[in-house]
Amino acid sequence: MIVGIDLGTTHSALSYALPGTPVAILSVPQVVAPRAVEARPLLPSFLFFPHESEGKQPLPWDAGRTFVVGERARDEGASQPTRVVSSAKSWLSHRSVDRRAAMLPLSAPDDVDKVSAVEASWRYLEHLAEAYDAQFAEGDDAQKLAAQEIVLTVPASFDAAARELTVEAAFAAGLDKVTLLEEPQAAVYAWIAARGDAWRKELHPGDVLLVVDVGGGTTDFSAIAVGDEGGNLALSRVAVGDHILLGGDNMDLALAHLLSARFEAEGQTLDAWQFATLTHACRAAKERLLGDETLTTYPIAIANRGAKLLGATLRAELSRADVEQTLVQGFFPEVARDARPVSRARGALTQLGLPYASDPAVTRHLASFLGKQAGALPVPSGARRTFLHPTCILFNGGVMKSAVLRERIVRALTGWLAEEGAPPPRVLPGADYDLAVAKGAAAYALARHGTGLRIRGGTARAYYVGIEDAAPAVPGVAPKVRALCIAPFGMEEGTSIDLPMELGLVVGEKVQFRFYGSSVRREDTAGVLLERWSEGELEELAPIDVGVPTEGREEGDVVPVRLHADVTAIGTLALMAIPLTPRAPDERFGVELNVREG
Amino acid sequence: MSFGARFFFAWACFFRVLFDGAFAARASAVRDAMPSPPPQVLPPKAAADKKAEPVSAGFAEGALALLALLQRDGRFVDFLEQDVATFSDADVGTAARVVHEGCGRALRQHVTIVASCKEEEGATLEVEPGFDPNRMKLTGNVSGKGPWRGTVRHRGWIAQKVSLPEPMTGHDAKALAPAEVEL
Repeated sequence: MIVGIDLGTTHSALSYALPGTPVAILSVPQVVAPRAVEARPLLPSFLFFPHESEGKQPLPWDAGRTFVVGERARDEGASQPTRVVSSAKSWLSHRSVDRRAAMLPLSAPDDVDKVSAVEASWRYLEHLAEAYDAQFAEGDDAQKLAAQEIVLTVPASFDAAARELTVEAAFAAGLDKVTLLEEPQAAVYAWIAARGDAWRKELHPGDVLLVVDVGGGTTDFSAIAVGDEGGNLALSRVAVGDHILLGGDNMDLALAHLLSARFEAEGQTLDAWQFATLTHACRAAKERLLGDETLTTYPIAIANRGAKLLGATLRAELSRADVEQTLVQGFFPEVARDARPVSRARGALTQLGLPYASDPAVTRHLASFLGKQAGALPVPSGARRTFLHPTCILFNGGVMKSAVLRERIVRALTGWLAEEGAPPPRVLPGADYDLAVAKGAAAYALARHGTGLRIRGGTARAYYVGIEDAAPAVPGVAPKVRALCIAPFGMEEGTSIDLPMELGLVVGEKVQFRFYGSSVRREDTAGVLLERWSEGELEELAPIDVGVPTEGREEGDVVPVRLHADVTAIGTLALMAIPLTPRAPDERFGVELNVREG
Repeated sequence: MSFGARFFFAWACFFRVLFDGAFAARASAVRDAMPSPPPQVLPPKAAADKKAEPVSAGFAEGALALLALLQRDGRFVDFLEQDVATFSDADVGTAARVVHEGCGRALRQHVTIVASCKEEEGATLEVEPGFDPNRMKLTGNVSGKGPWRGTVRHRGWIAQKVSLPEPMTGHDAKALAPAEVEL
């Protein structure tokens, strides 16, 4: 069997197929109420630790389970928020926390054994594996999910460390045969599979396909160039956007805050449970108002928690104008092509939390992505382009189900393109907004087997380590840092690079290097040393750690090493330090990515 | 197998077939593969000889499960347990939205309901003799052997597919909603 897994911020799904059969979505049994289990196609990515007084949380395959993954875990987010882990995937890509440290749920009471972002992701994958095994394996190890070929999707914007941690979670769940695939690419594979041969008529050599993926928690952009290779279409992913924590959940919350403020103006204060109910109700209202132009208002009723419903239910109305103002203007405003997201200076003392996007405007983030990637493809001579010109768009993610919001993006892009004399973009028909990523993951695995088309791309970033100058310390002047390119942009899976430059490591000491990524510097080759770079070109990632064990060496000795970079077949970046004078054959020291900042 | 064992197995199967789609499909496959299908599958003949207690117990489980769902998602029991007479239409209307929205969602998620009759209400319909009396009912001046001609007054509802949450060890079907105590 071939399996695709969409490990989402808010929902996860598993798709499967045998070669030559259509891709199906697994129904995942999950706890939906205390001691009641139901199979659903989506597994909410939430983890709940019930108090011991609640007893066991049996699943069909485990009577002694003490924690809950899925539907009920999400529901408890409203009534017992301190016992629920949510958005583990966003924590996984959070650069300034130790993602292997057991810290979630953030403010959990003492009796909860906290977990790391990696472990939460592992629990979601484990649940999917158990559900799969219960349906297909029946004790036969060869049929278990662990024995299948699995494609696991990650946001295109995930950096090397977040990818590595995702694989770590998969390994912990017993899934060794995983390959990573970028989510926007998965959406394209799903689209190609769904269109059959028709897709060859819808894309032409020279097209630049923009994938706009706005899900529950994140916004992800990718650009894919369509080329011609001996008469066949060839796709290559040429650019990916930054990691933007902005999605449908923010939109529902914005509406809920709007109504909550109105309730408060009338002297009614909502408790946390009511606010969660209001958020759910706003999501439903939003979908109806955006989906049906004849509706001018949508009534919302919020019950209180007691058994009295009559006389205790609050009533409000969400109007088309509210949605227009809050969502359409707030999240999809008309902006100029040179607009850039407003970044809010963070206070000196920020509470530990997720680095949510401070600018809610999806259109501004899009303008910024295209502007930053203006040089992603060669520009015809004589043409002046301030941004990357897409010729077609594929939409993905739950938010993009709304035709009104899709239209906003198309209109913004059409305007920007017109200003530079380019035709409006075509919208690719037949997108499957909710399940395309899961389905596309399986479609990609099938494509890897057969002669199916593959999108090329390699790493979406070039990676650098910071080398500090050995200079006398001067108060107030930070030592000058140069950036050594250790893995170039677009490095293909299964390739490796040895760096010519020698570094000295001290035996018995862990050395930390600053680590950078760039999604725009396409020309740097491995070994290039950058003296300076312009604002925004290099993005500092969590530092990396190299240690030389004492074994066979004198502590304090300096060992000359060369760095070696591998892009593994799985799709992760592996760095190694290879001593010039090895003490044993194949001696090498692991370089640990994603060490906590500072 | 003793008669008693068969009897209990038959009942166990009855409810699993009714509420567990995967089991029903497997059971159906086994049955189709048999050289000559048993003349009567449900209800087993033995049922008539016994008290009806197991029936009500099993049906009650399913009914309670649905009731718990409607309460959880749509405050169904809360709504019916309150006296509407003392409230204004506006209050009842507001509460009804909670119930309609939530119960509707729960129902759609767990029961696939289709109209029993394809024709719209008010349309003229020809009814052939031998129609399924569970799915169609003649009213008014009912006589003769058919075919009959009449007007559709209600299209009827058929639950095409039912999937209720599966109770696990320790499940208390009678607990429609637990008391909640905030600490």
